[in-house]
Amino acid sequence: MTDRKAIISVSNLVKHYDDFKAVQGLSFEVYENEIFGLLGPNGAGKTTTLEIIETLRSKTSGEVTVDGLNIDTNASAIKQIIGVQLQAAGYYPNLNLVELLELFAGLYGANISPMEMLAKVNLQEKAKAKYKELSGGQKQRFSIATTLINSPKIIFLDEPTTGLDPQARRNLWDLISEIRNSGTTVVLTTHYMDEAEQLCDRVAFVEAGKIIALDTPDKLIDNLIASGFERKKEVKAANLEDVFISLTGKEWRE
Amino acid sequence: MSQPYNHTKATLALAKASFRSITRSPSAVIFTLAFPLIFIIVFGFIGGGGIKLDVAVAPGSDLNNPVINALEKTSVIRLTKNDTQENIDKSLEKGAYDALISVEKNPNGLPAYFTNVKYTSASLTNGNVLRSVLNDIAHQLNTVNQKPAVTEIRATTVTGRLHRTIDFILPGQLGFSLLSTGVFGTAFIFFALRQNLVIKRFFATPVRRSSIVLGEAIARIGFALLGALFIILIGHFCFNFTLINGALTVLNMLVLATIGVIVFMGFGFVVSGLAKSESTIPPISNIITLPQFLLSGTFFSINAFPAWLQPISRALPLTYLNDAMRKVAFEGANLWDVKQQILIMLLWGIGIYAVAVKTFKWE
Repeated sequence: MTDRKAIISVSNLVKHYDDFKAVQGLSFEVYENEIFGLLGPNGAGKTTTLEIIETLRSKTSGEVTVDGLNIDTNASAIKQIIGVQLQAAGYYPNLNLVELLELFAGLYGANISPMEMLAKVNLQEKAKAKYKELSGGQKQRFSIATTLINSPKIIFLDEPTTGLDPQARRNLWDLISEIRNSGTTVVLTTHYMDEAEQLCDRVAFVEAGKIIALDTPDKLIDNLIASGFERKKEVKAANLEDVFISLTGKEWRE
Repeated sequence: MSQPYNHTKATLALAKASFRSITRSPSAVIFTLAFPLIFIIVFGFIGGGGIKLDVAVAPGSDLNNPVINALEKTSVIRLTKNDTQENIDKSLEKGAYDALISVEKNPNGLPAYFTNVKYTSASLTNGNVLRSVLNDIAHQLNTVNQKPAVTEIRATTVTGRLHRTIDFILPGQLGFSLLSTGVFGTAFIFFALRQNLVIKRFFATPVRRSSIVLGEAIARIGFALLGALFIILIGHFCFNFTLINGALTVLNMLVLATIGVIVFMGFGFVVSGLAKSESTIPPISNIITLPQFLLSGTFFSINAFPAWLQPISRALPLTYLNDAMRKVAFEGANLWDVKQQILIMLLWGIGIYAVAVKTFKWE
């Protein structure tokens, strides 16, 4: 693991909003071609950190480089090699999915076929639909399609599975894994620990603007057990979500 | 990845997206096309009639005499011969009749007939017109076969350009259409893009801010000009709207329309920055558009306003757009002839964009 190449490195990142210290000296690295999770409660500074790396927000101090490019001096070069999915972002009104993808192709200066992009996220049959007519899972998959237009080296997903039903969530995990397997680095935030455990190669726990733990999910769990932690309730071989999936079927409906 | 980023391509992609969005937005189509067309159609059909005098003939009046015959041949007079006295009295009070007339034969010889006219204070202006019509008729009837002793008036009329109601109304409606498109459209779209984080998502791409504004402006100006062209052509072919120099006049009008919509978009940028929520956009926009709609000579010439109101009218940008449009369309003025109007619009533009730069919010 140690010889892996860092594609994002953040050191001593600080962000203050007037009196509020949102980020207080974060340092971490994201390796090439991994799924990296930023975990933590609301208001811990996950989204702020992400938006600083995405060059959407200014930092108070610290150093951030993305694929060797400094965010202070090379913001527009960084924008060309990253894909960004924002929490709760909307899209241009009155346009269908194909037209939205054409717009983004123009914004990125990329030559893509909208239908091929939709095929990547399995939304071909919704080509003529408007964004607001899509279900929650479809909206997230479409957002991910817009992040892939410029064949980015890194994509950032801010709470991609929040509000989705178990089937849609699992479907999205598959999609995100495929994107990583095809060579793209993925940085995401989530509130769901089961998701982080299954999906992320490494996770960082953020609390009150600081990183309090960073490792692979396995290692973090082993560390906790080694410290003598025991669950109060005996763990069964399945959980309620497994029951839900087995009762309602794995295939995805919308 | 290696090819350099193309800002023009990004701007045009935004313009295309915005244009598609505008054409599918009901409010844009209604304000830019439907409202102005409804007003044009209504005024197009009302216009051109001139005045009509409604004159009742009293029951029991002599009907077969030179006075009534002459009145019947006068085109501005509409005679009603079979109304009841009661009805006539009521209508006179309301001004529905402009006058009551009765003619009686003089049993004692000359003059052969007495003509009694009762005017109404409810319709004094029309009454005065009728008075001069009657004097004229009386004079002609009295001087039959007589040589005038002092003078004979020989009047001729120069054949001029017919100034129809549409020639006044259409440029006003066109100005109103441009004002609505510029103010409401711009305010709503930029507020919505900001509120729904669409602009933030754009900022995650390499696009420049200037491309976003420019792309939006190209689309909106394009849509406004297509709307203007449509209104002008409907007006010309359906209601005989005067285009003195044909296509050249249309071209000049479109240049004025472009200047107008750019200035009005400035107001839209300001409104989108000031609005705290979507529901505050219409009231703020109306504060800007409504006074101009009423006071800028959209429906009435501002010369008809009371003297204290006219300086306000003459301060509004739409007044100058309407004025320039009318001069170009009806008088055949070229753009240099209306340079004063253009200059005042440009001054407004500079002022409003200076405010817009201060108030506009990206996020």
